[in-house]
Amino acid sequence: MQFVDQLLTGLSLGALYALIAVGYTVVYGIVQLINFAHGEIFMIGGFGAMGTWLLIGSATNNLSWWMMPLMLIGGILVAVLTAVLMERVAYRPLRNSPRLAPLITAIGISIFLQEFVRLFYGEIPGFPNAKSAVVMPSIEGFTGQAIDIGGGLLLQRSAIFTLVALAVCWAFLWWFIGRTRLGRGMLATSQDPDTARLMGIDVDRIIMVAFALGAALAAVAGVAHGLRYGSIDFRMGFLAGLKAFTAAVLGGIGNVNGAVVGGLTLGVVEAMASAYIPGQFGGSAWKDVWAFVILILVLVFRPQGLLGAKAVDRA
Amino acid sequence: MRNKKLLGGAAALLSASLLFSACGSRTEPAATGAANVKIAKIGVIAPLSGDLSALGLGIQNSVDLAIKQANASNAIPGWKLELAAEDDQATKDVGINAATKLAADKDVVGVVGTLNSGVADGVQPVLRDAKITQVSPANTATRLTMGLDPANKVRQAPNYFRVCTNDAVQGAFAAQYAFDAGFKKVAVVNDKKPYGAGLVFEFIKKFKALGGDVVSEETAVAKEDFASVVSNIKPDGPQMVYYGTEYPLAGPFSLAMKTAGLKVPLMGGDGIFDPQFIKLAGTTSDGDIATSVGAPVDKLPSAKAFVDAYNAGGYKDPYAAYGGYSYDAANAIINALKISLPSATDAMSARQATVDAMSKVSFDGATGKVSFDEFGDSTNRTITVYAVEGGKWADKKTGTLS
Repeated sequence: MQFVDQLLTGLSLGALYALIAVGYTVVYGIVQLINFAHGEIFMIGGFGAMGTWLLIGSATNNLSWWMMPLMLIGGILVAVLTAVLMERVAYRPLRNSPRLAPLITAIGISIFLQEFVRLFYGEIPGFPNAKSAVVMPSIEGFTGQAIDIGGGLLLQRSAIFTLVALAVCWAFLWWFIGRTRLGRGMLATSQDPDTARLMGIDVDRIIMVAFALGAALAAVAGVAHGLRYGSIDFRMGFLAGLKAFTAAVLGGIGNVNGAVVGGLTLGVVEAMASAYIPGQFGGSAWKDVWAFVILILVLVFRPQGLLGAKAVDRA
Repeated sequence: MRNKKLLGGAAALLSASLLFSACGSRTEPAATGAANVKIAKIGVIAPLSGDLSALGLGIQNSVDLAIKQANASNAIPGWKLELAAEDDQATKDVGINAATKLAADKDVVGVVGTLNSGVADGVQPVLRDAKITQVSPANTATRLTMGLDPANKVRQAPNYFRVCTNDAVQGAFAAQYAFDAGFKKVAVVNDKKPYGAGLVFEFIKKFKALGGDVVSEETAVAKEDFASVVSNIKPDGPQMVYYGTEYPLAGPFSLAMKTAGLKVPLMGGDGIFDPQFIKLAGTTSDGDIATSVGAPVDKLPSAKAFVDAYNAGGYKDPYAAYGGYSYDAANAIINALKISLPSATDAMSARQATVDAMSKVSFDGATGKVSFDEFGDSTNRTITVYAVEGGKWADKKTGTLS
């Protein structure tokens, strides 16, 4: 039973990574940029959702279940706005620069966003100080005791939320990328942007959509993270972003299904490693080591990642 | 080409900035106030930002209160005391930078700090070499005063003192309390930082010596580890979980534990004793236990004066767990300065005399009697056990470890 317990833990953690990894992979597939600031978008999504509750629910301490969809929408809006602004102001001018320039810019934006939230979140009237962890409201139905699903197995509500969110987002992505014009435009642009332009696709708009899509999913992940740990922190984007990037590479960077599979795999490996590796190299202190060992092994024997990168052959 | 314009603009900007920097004053600011009043600074090294800032700001404000009171009563005639607070962000490297900065400031004659034992590991040598008195309100690691070998105690720094008791006392007291309260099977978790690991080590030693059963020893360094640690502990059926860490991790851990079905009390040391723990742990935190050094600040009559003065001082942040200790630490330095400053020409030359005078300091402070033993440890070995009741910390038992 402990095995199933750890498996579920791993899957819910992995679902979190997967939601963030999609943002990395989609942006890389189209502009060949590893957006290191994406972890901060995840963090801002969480803070945006918190801010939404503070604006509309905290006056009456409204904890009813329909606050959650509103918080999600608020978080998504804030995250998408930040990502689109980031693309427009910082990345677009560097689109034809050597690859290093946008990379360093991304790191700079990451630091900027962290500090911005740390210093100015508390300045908004009615908002608490973000210098230490901000406690999320206990929305009924989404927080509280874990649900007993039989056999002595307890499933955390936040885990259910994350897994359901991943399923819904994955279905949405499948529909969006496969069935809509914008989605197919994204596929075309990731294959060859110049030819896509010749075909009449507005590449600038496609790139903006890619950033917005990644940001929306990251915002959902931000809310899931807040539910899981009961609080959000201005530094939560750093480690989660790093793990999600690893997940995206593990699954095959540029491939959306790969990001999801990579995320779930990474989560399960971490949970299993912390529970089942005995002795000195086991326990939760070494789980990161084992996760990255798996990454190294996969890349050595299959450099394109688990599901292989989509055909991108440019230098 | 357009680059010429850019180059010209950059050159103009550069020359303008050079011009302005030349205009700037390079002399040290002259002493403020009357010509014959000398300045002595008491530094503070604590986490003023980040997770533990609730504790750090309480420390800073309490020292500020002590300094203001000393100046108002003209405690050292001819001298004016000032506060020089530096942020260590609870990180050793940043703490070393802060200590170096204070050591280079020739007006600094004493320092209250640090909060974290891990940061003190870096700060202690810097201040020792500069011969600046360091009084910590919160360091509990035994190695800071007595070295690494418990069988062969060697004083680490003649300038280092602390007003709180150490892990050997706190961990042992916690183990005794837990055993007496009926918890015979305990799971132990630590966050691998010097404070948490040291506290847990002492707890396990005493708990096993009393005959208790430590069913599980785990480490949880970050929130991501909690789910798997709780899954590992649950099957062993502990009656209580002892977590050596501070409140930013302990609060969410308590929440994770209770919602995953492990509905036993969480116990910790003085690092979790903060209202923020209860906020982070949520409504299920009732029954969680913490030990803290000293008697409850609001119960001692000597503390009442401090609490009243602090509340009247208009500080934005509460004095938190270490306010009373910081106040006493600052006053201990001030008492030593009363002996060392009158005959000194400037603050820097008084540093060694202050260190010498510290060992003789003895007075009744906000937290009880303040005096130091031959290792720099406080002679006050009182510990209080608190439990969360109705969303607030309530003291359950105060005792002294023999």
